[in-house]
Amino acid sequence: MAETQENVKPEVELIPIYVMGKKYMVPEELTIMSAMEHVGYQFIRGCGCRMGVCGACGTVYRKPGDYKIRVGLACQTVVEPDMYLTQLPFFPANRADWKLEDMDGKTEHELAEEVWAAYPELFRCVACNACTKICPNEVETMDYIALIKRGAIEEAAEVSFECIQCGLCTSRCMGELPQYHIAQMVRRLVGSKVLPRAQHNRDQVAFISEGRYTELMDKLETMAKDAWVELYKERQWEPGAETDEWRPESKKGLLDY
Amino acid sequence: MTISYYPGCTLKHKARNLEDAALASAAALGIEMTELERWNCCGAVYSLADDDLIHQVAPVRDLIRAREAGSDKVVTLCSMCYNTLARANNLMRDDEEKRNTLNTFMDEEPDYAGEVEVVHFLSLLKDELGWDGLADRVEVSLDGLKVAPYYGCTLTRPYEVSIDEQPERPSILREFLTALGAEPISYEEAMTCCGSYQMLTHTEAALSSTQKILAAARDAGADAMALSCPLCEYNVGTRQRDLVEADDAWDELPTLYFTQLLAIALGLGDEVCRTELNQLAARTLLADRNLVAQAG
Repeated sequence: MAETQENVKPEVELIPIYVMGKKYMVPEELTIMSAMEHVGYQFIRGCGCRMGVCGACGTVYRKPGDYKIRVGLACQTVVEPDMYLTQLPFFPANRADWKLEDMDGKTEHELAEEVWAAYPELFRCVACNACTKICPNEVETMDYIALIKRGAIEEAAEVSFECIQCGLCTSRCMGELPQYHIAQMVRRLVGSKVLPRAQHNRDQVAFISEGRYTELMDKLETMAKDAWVELYKERQWEPGAETDEWRPESKKGLLDY
Repeated sequence: MTISYYPGCTLKHKARNLEDAALASAAALGIEMTELERWNCCGAVYSLADDDLIHQVAPVRDLIRAREAGSDKVVTLCSMCYNTLARANNLMRDDEEKRNTLNTFMDEEPDYAGEVEVVHFLSLLKDELGWDGLADRVEVSLDGLKVAPYYGCTLTRPYEVSIDEQPERPSILREFLTALGAEPISYEEAMTCCGSYQMLTHTEAALSSTQKILAAARDAGADAMALSCPLCEYNVGTRQRDLVEADDAWDELPTLYFTQLLAIALGLGDEVCRTELNQLAARTLLADRNLVAQAG
């Protein structure tokens, strides 16, 4: 009893996990990525943002007695007892060459035909849904492939928007489709050729080109370090998106809308 | 009435004229066709291999979507979608072993046992309105227009999914055309295969088939041909240009979707018929008969 009280470290439960078939005992509260580093793995690939956004650390695992393949991002998924896992940081996938400037003036349907031409393997999809089932970001992958097959690329761009390009869908596809590359082509086409351009963005670019900020930038660049550290500390924070009422105290340098 | 609607991929792209004319006509007739919120390609061709169950997954998934939408019926316009979905539905209803295999494979979906009925739009018109009922709604009679009904393969074969009670001597398109005021003609090749996908790989063979079909309709006095399948339309309509190029004397026969003729007869004008997607001969014919405003 006395010994326990003297122990300054909190008790940490160790649980067994199997990394590529080898058993390790790791602290139960770690993520898969931290657990692998804990037992000696060093990541030089397959590790990016560590915040569940970049898609570099796709990981597949199984639990004993269950046929289900499970999936998660190594940086976000907490270890579970007896999980068998391997990271799949990269999966070879066909990425077609195409040029954005060749797409000018095309309709949504014509753009869809360009996607079909770039990725004819699209039509090997048999709607098995393995892609959707494995997606760690819960993207309706099969649905956006179905949309692209029927030319509805604007809708496909929306459905695929949360894709983090981890490539796990491609690793599972019996039709050998590179779903995430196809969806990326679609989003780029829709973003640049289908959706209307934002006028405020064009105005802002024009104002910058006209030198609206040149004087302010020159001032900043020539300012002593202490002075701009002070400016940085005094800067006014924009509150969260929940209020429309907020206005900055000074509008110097801002466009007047 | 409201009914779930499965469009199929081609109707969203190359065959907008089949879909737009149908949806506008249905609305005018008081039938609201509600497109399934989620759907995938039906597979286009029903797989005949007995052990090739993976190709049944796509159509069965669409049927599950229809049931999810709370429907006991789903309507199609495309003959091939109709055929594929109806046969997959029969498989799920009648073959317990394959049903179990497919339900086990699709473990993320609820089990399905063929509960939804697949109907073609022609059957829906016949059952809901009746041909006399449809005739009463005609605003612009197609009087004097001689039309060859063309069934192709997938509306009536195999027997189990035929939309006509007499699959070997179908009359549903003839009755439909009569209700619109048109004069359906009889000819021998109304159920001859257009060549299907062979048009792309064995073009000569497919063209010899379409030539036979079109010539028979012309010889029987047809001004136009009515059909319900985008692939048939491509072969006998769009690819008729091959026959024109090969033979200066070829008398081009306009091909139209049955839904376009329906929309015209209901007085819905040019906009929903999308005749710019048909061959020029079709647009010219309709303009000459004052059925659309002008040839595009």
